[in-house]
Amino acid sequence: MKKTWLWAVLPLVALVTSIIIFLSTNPLSPLGISAPPLENLTIERTVLGDRAISLLVRAEGSEPMQIAQVQVDGSYWTFTQKPPGALPRLSTAWIDLPYPWVEGETHHLNLITNTGVGFEHTIDVAVATPQFSLSRLWGFTLLGLYVGVVPVGLGMLFYPSLKTLGGEGMKFILALTLGMLAFLLLDTLEEGLKLANSAANAFAGSILVWAIAAISFLTILTIGRSRGKAPEGQSLSTYLSFSIGIHNLGEGLAIGTAFAVGEAALGSLLVVGFTLHNLTEGIGIAAPLVKSKPTFITFLGLTALAGLPAVLGTWLGVFAFSPHWAAIFMGIGVGAILQVIVEVGSYLARTASKIGGTWLSKISLAGFSAGLIVMYGTALLVNF
Amino acid sequence: MTFDVSRRSLLGMGLLGGGNILGKFLPSKALAQNPKQHDNHFTSSAVHGGSTTVGDVDNDRNGFNPRDILTDWDGGKVSQLPNGQTLREYDIAVEEREIEIAPGVFYPAWTYNGRVPGSTIRVTEGDRVKINFRNKSLHPHTIHFHGIHSARQDGVPGTLEAMPGEEVVYEFDAKPFGCHLYHCHSAPFKRHLHKGLYGAFIIDPDPKRHPEAEQQARSRLLGSSENKQWQEFLMVMNAFDTNFDEENEFYAVNTIPHEFMKRPLRIERDRPVRVYLINVTEFDPVNSFHLHGNFFDYYDSGTTLTPTLRTIDTVMQCQGQRGILEFSFKEHAPGQYMFHAHQSEFLELGWMSAFEVVA
Ligand SMILES: [Cu+2]
Repeated sequence: MKKTWLWAVLPLVALVTSIIIFLSTNPLSPLGISAPPLENLTIERTVLGDRAISLLVRAEGSEPMQIAQVQVDGSYWTFTQKPPGALPRLSTAWIDLPYPWVEGETHHLNLITNTGVGFEHTIDVAVATPQFSLSRLWGFTLLGLYVGVVPVGLGMLFYPSLKTLGGEGMKFILALTLGMLAFLLLDTLEEGLKLANSAANAFAGSILVWAIAAISFLTILTIGRSRGKAPEGQSLSTYLSFSIGIHNLGEGLAIGTAFAVGEAALGSLLVVGFTLHNLTEGIGIAAPLVKSKPTFITFLGLTALAGLPAVLGTWLGVFAFSPHWAAIFMGIGVGAILQVIVEVGSYLARTASKIGGTWLSKISLAGFSAGLIVMYGTALLVNF
Repeated sequence: MTFDVSRRSLLGMGLLGGGNILGKFLPSKALAQNPKQHDNHFTSSAVHGGSTTVGDVDNDRNGFNPRDILTDWDGGKVSQLPNGQTLREYDIAVEEREIEIAPGVFYPAWTYNGRVPGSTIRVTEGDRVKINFRNKSLHPHTIHFHGIHSARQDGVPGTLEAMPGEEVVYEFDAKPFGCHLYHCHSAPFKRHLHKGLYGAFIIDPDPKRHPEAEQQARSRLLGSSENKQWQEFLMVMNAFDTNFDEENEFYAVNTIPHEFMKRPLRIERDRPVRVYLINVTEFDPVNSFHLHGNFFDYYDSGTTLTPTLRTIDTVMQCQGQRGILEFSFKEHAPGQYMFHAHQSEFLELGWMSAFEVVA
C-alpha cells in the first residue's frame, strides 16, 4: 500500500530532475545550436493624454528584454519607462512619451530593443483617450443600456403574442432562436480568436479561447442538468439570458474600444446595429416561458442578465481594455452559447415529439434559416 | 462585431450618420472625446524639444569615442626609404565585435582595428603607404583604398583579399591629395560596408609641389605652423540598419547618434574651421551637411586648393563622396550653432549636432 504513492511521486521527481539537467548542461551546444534570444512585444493599451502618448507593453522575450530607444513618426524621442529596466518574460511596463501628437492624424511608433529589433505600433486616428469621470461613466452606462437592455426588453414584449402560437408556431420560434444562437456562436468565436491574435503570443490565445469555450460549455451543461433532466421554462430562459449576456459583453467591449480610440462615428454605428441585432434575443429568451406563468420581476431579471453585461463591456472597453481578458470572456461566451444551443435544441425536439412530429421539419428549417438571416442582415450594419 | 477600427472604415460610415441618431439620445458632453485642444508645440527639453535618443553610449566599453575620432589622425610608423621617400606603415586587423551604436542598442559590427570608422590614415602627397592587413574574422575581407594605384593594389575579390586568418600587404604611393576613404570590397558588398568596414584616408598636399597655392597647401599639411591655426575635424556620416531590413534605424557622424547634440562640439571663435566630410551611409542614395547661421567654402573630394563651391550652407554627398568644408565664426556672437543632415528623416534619427562657439 505504501509503495503505491511512491510510484506516483517518483515519475514526477524524475521528470523535474531531467528538466533541470537539460537546462543546466545545455545539451544543444554539441549540435551547434546557440539559441538566440527571441523577442516579442505586444502593445496592449495606448493612452493619448495631454501632449503625451503612453503605451502599455507586454514583453515576451525568451530572456528579459530591454527597450533602448523609441521612435515616434521616424524621430527618436525622450521617454520614461515604469518600471524601468529590462522586462522579464510576460511582464508589463508603461512607456510614457512627451510627444505633441496631432488630433485626427496617424502616428507611427517604433520601440527599439537593445538588439536593434523594432516593434511597430500605429495609432490610426489620434484622439484624446477618454479619462475616467463620473459624467463619462454615466454616458457609457447609457450607451450600454441602450445596446443591451433596451432591445432585449423590447423583444420580450412579443411574449403575449408568443402565447397565442400553436405547436407549429412554437417550433418556428424555437428554431428561429437556434438560428440566431448559431450566428452568435460563430460571431463570438471569431471575435474571440481575433482578440486572441492581438494578445501576447505567450498566452496562446486561440487555444485559450477553444479551451475555455469547452470548459465553460461542459460546466454550464453539467450545472443545467444537475437535477437529472434538461432545463426547461424559466431555467432554460435563464441560461439563454446568461449566454446572450456574455455575448453582449463583447458587443459592449467593441463599442467601448471604438470610442476609446476616437472612432466616435463607428461607435455610434455599432450602437445602432447591435440594438437592432439584439431585438431577436428578447424573443428567443421569452420563448421557453410560454408554458409557465412568469412574473414581471422574472422578465426584468432576464432582461438585466442578458442586457447589463453590455454596460460592463463598454466600461471595460473604454477605460481598461486588454485583449487577452477580452478573449477569455469571448471563450466563456462561446461555451455558454453552445450549451443553450444544445438545450434549446433538445427542447425543440421534445416540443416536436409532443405534437407528434420530429425536430426536423419544414417549419423548423424555415425558423432556423430566418434566425440566421435576421442576424446576418442586422450584422451587415456593423461589419465593414 | 468588429474591433477593427481603421481610418478607411470611418470614411464609409459618415454617410450613414449613425452619430446623429445617437446624439438625440445621449448628452453630448458625456461622450466628448477631447476636452482640451492639442496644438503642435514642442515640450521644453534639453535637446531639440524632446526629439533625441535617451541615455548615453559607454565609450569605454566600445573602446573608441566619436569625439576622439574627430581629431585622432594616424600618421603611421614613419621611416625613410633609400630613395628619400617617406614610408608610413600601418597594421590594420579586421575584428568582428559587438559595439554599442546608440544608447542601449548593440550591433554585431565588423570593424577595422576594433572601431567604426577605422583609424584615420593621414599621410602627405607622395608618401609610400604600406598596410599590413590581418583578417582575424570568419569572413574574407579586403581594404579598397580610394586614390590612384595599380589594379594589383585595388583590394577587391581576387586581388589582395585576405581569407580568414590570412595576412596581406598593400603598398602604394599616396596620390592625389585630398579627402578620401577606404573600405572593404568583399562580397556581398553592401553587408561588408554597413557592418562598419570603412575609414578615412586623408592625403595632405605637399606645398613644394603647389607653388601657385603654397599657403593653402601649407594650411592643410598636418604639423605645419599654418595648419596649427586651424581647428580640423573628421566627420564620417554613417548609419546602422539594426534589424537588417535594408533601412537604417540610426544616423550619425562618427557612429554615435546625437553625440554632438547632447554635448556640442566646442570651437574657438577666432580660429578657422576645416571639416573633412565623408559619406558612407548605406541604403540611402545621398546624405548632406547643413550649417546654421553661417556659410562655408567646399572642396569636392579635397583634390583642389581653390574651392569648388563658394559660400554655401548645405552640401549633398552621394555614397562614397567626400569633401573639405572651410568656414569661420570670427564675426559671430558666441553660442550654439547647429549642423545636421538636411534630410529631416536623418536628423530625427540621430544625425543632428551643434557647435558651441566660444569667444
Ligand atoms: Cu569585408
